[in-house]
Amino acid sequence: MTALLTFTPWPAVSAGILLILLVAALYFARDTAHQAIQAAAGALAQGLRVASHSVAHAQAGLAARNREVLLAAGRESREHVIEREFIRIADTVRKDLSGYPDMHRRLSETIVRIEEDQRQAVEVPPEAPGWAQAVEVVANLDARNAGAEILADIHKSMVKAHSEAMNDYRRASSERHLLLRRMMPDWRLIQETLGRVNRSIEGVIDRSQAIDRHIQEYEAIVRGEDRAAAVLSSSSIVYFFISALVLAVATAGTAVNFTLIARPMAEMVGGTNYIGTWRTADIAALVIIMVEISMGLFLMESLRITRLFPVIGALSDKMRVRMMITTFMILFLMASIEAGLAYMREVLLLDEMATNALLRGDSTGSLVNSHLWITTAAQMGMGFVLPFALVFVAIPLETFVHSLRTVVGLIGIALLQALALLLRLLGNASRHLGGIARRVYDLPLFVPLWIETRMREAARQAANAQGAVPSEAWKEVRT
Amino acid sequence: MKRRLLLLAAAPALLGAALGLGACAPSPPRNTGVYLLVDTSGSYNRQVRKAEQITLYALTRLQSSDSIAVARIDTGSFTEKDIIAKATFDDRPSTANQQKRAFASHVEKFIDQSAPAPYTDITGGLLQAIEFLNEKHTARKEILILSDMKEELAKGYVRDIPLDFRGFDVVALNVTKLRADNFDPRQYLARLDEWRTRVEKGGGHWRVINDLDRLDGLL
Repeated sequence: MTALLTFTPWPAVSAGILLILLVAALYFARDTAHQAIQAAAGALAQGLRVASHSVAHAQAGLAARNREVLLAAGRESREHVIEREFIRIADTVRKDLSGYPDMHRRLSETIVRIEEDQRQAVEVPPEAPGWAQAVEVVANLDARNAGAEILADIHKSMVKAHSEAMNDYRRASSERHLLLRRMMPDWRLIQETLGRVNRSIEGVIDRSQAIDRHIQEYEAIVRGEDRAAAVLSSSSIVYFFISALVLAVATAGTAVNFTLIARPMAEMVGGTNYIGTWRTADIAALVIIMVEISMGLFLMESLRITRLFPVIGALSDKMRVRMMITTFMILFLMASIEAGLAYMREVLLLDEMATNALLRGDSTGSLVNSHLWITTAAQMGMGFVLPFALVFVAIPLETFVHSLRTVVGLIGIALLQALALLLRLLGNASRHLGGIARRVYDLPLFVPLWIETRMREAARQAANAQGAVPSEAWKEVRT
Repeated sequence: MKRRLLLLAAAPALLGAALGLGACAPSPPRNTGVYLLVDTSGSYNRQVRKAEQITLYALTRLQSSDSIAVARIDTGSFTEKDIIAKATFDDRPSTANQQKRAFASHVEKFIDQSAPAPYTDITGGLLQAIEFLNEKHTARKEILILSDMKEELAKGYVRDIPLDFRGFDVVALNVTKLRADNFDPRQYLARLDEWRTRVEKGGGHWRVINDLDRLDGLL
């Protein structure tokens, strides 16, 4: 560098000459440099814009795919719900309305019986005596000419007849009341039967209304409406977080389970063997828990509570029942083994505590708490129950897996959107940076540029001055 | 479908087999080897009782597959006969606990019957310790020396030999001051410095812990 300043005896002069040469070179290369900067910035901006378009296109594709997946999942879910509702209706109809013919027969018989009783219970007016007119005639006779005795006999006969008629009437009324009373249980039976039918019908109506609602949602999904997609999307996110929460709880349960069996596993597979950086005993304990969870998954699949493995769902009922029994047996065995390991853990812990107390010279450490059996029993109970509790992990796991697709898709869309925006911003920034670079290039050239501007101004003024003379001459010609 | 079902059922078995194969692969050792040298010379024999404390502390810190040996320093210490007790703990924690109890009992018996030795062959004991721990192939090798670090060799014993302490931690415990050290503390400092130089020259790491109530940093 210093050698450059030695081509004249005075370094300052050399530096000045070099500076002038450099500025001159930059000035003469200015147009080309500006074009190069503009071309580079333009190419970069164009490339970033194309990349942004490409990412936006990918984001749109992913959004479409996500929407398809979401709608398909929603469709499938609604189909299951509707299918389940129909099954419930079928159950209701089978359970409550299957005895309808019998009920109808009993109702008909009861109604016939009531009609018969009612017919028999109709009030029959007492017959008017045929000789009443004769009695009237006799009564109109002069009592002095006719015998008063005759009239008295007639009166007596009439009273007797009336009394007999009244007795008959009372007997008949009593029989009618008896018949009417006999109708009461039949009426109650009819009322109860009809009430039961009413309840069943109302249940079916409620179910049908629910089905209508589900069908409407299903139709909206099939039509691919935006609202349906939005509802499904938000539902997926909610399901994702809820299932993640439940899975976190299950993970904590797994950790407790692991703690229960990891120590005694060291007795079985050794406490100092390693696979990679992991203790073999820990891995063995983890494998046992994983196998239990797998068995739980298979059990749930066999029960058709979850649908993670279509192969199991498609099995025949006989095979499914066999699989159910097998997985349950394995689970039961493993739970029993875990209970045993939990007991062993307590024994080992006591042994270790006693040894450490002995080595520390602590005589109180070896004392055994009389209530220790409670802890041991609790550990054994947990060892037995936790594998069965972990069976139910299958349900949130299924929800998590299904909702994860949507959530990952949404995250992907958001990331792609952000990337597209970033690329666009970078494209615009590169274009502006090109402009700034040109200005920065011109900065050391301010002297020649100023001279150039001045010269151009002078040339323009000169040109204007030359142009003004003919115009004045033209004005003179016109005047 | 049956094939898929078989594959599904075989998955745990395959996992187990993979883990079994993984278990066969050799893994680097992670165990610890401890060799405690106890000075039984006349000048230090009164401190021997502290060896029990150190041994018990070491036993509480050691785990399955770790090794421990307790040896005495006497006139000629480069011999297996001076090893009082040695053990490599079993892989199973319960058996390791039984071994620890037996080891502690053995050391306690030795301390009760310890007799003072006329000379102090520390170098011979260190050689024996290096040999023992190298044979055990432990990942961590600790030599603990309970001594005043004043070597006194009987006539005819050659101990001016280089020691290979590469990978070893050598800890001098309870290095007591001799009567002469009280007159001239430089002797004590020079003695410790000489051993430090010797250990570090052999590639080892040297430490001194005089407060036996603060053994937390040990092991």
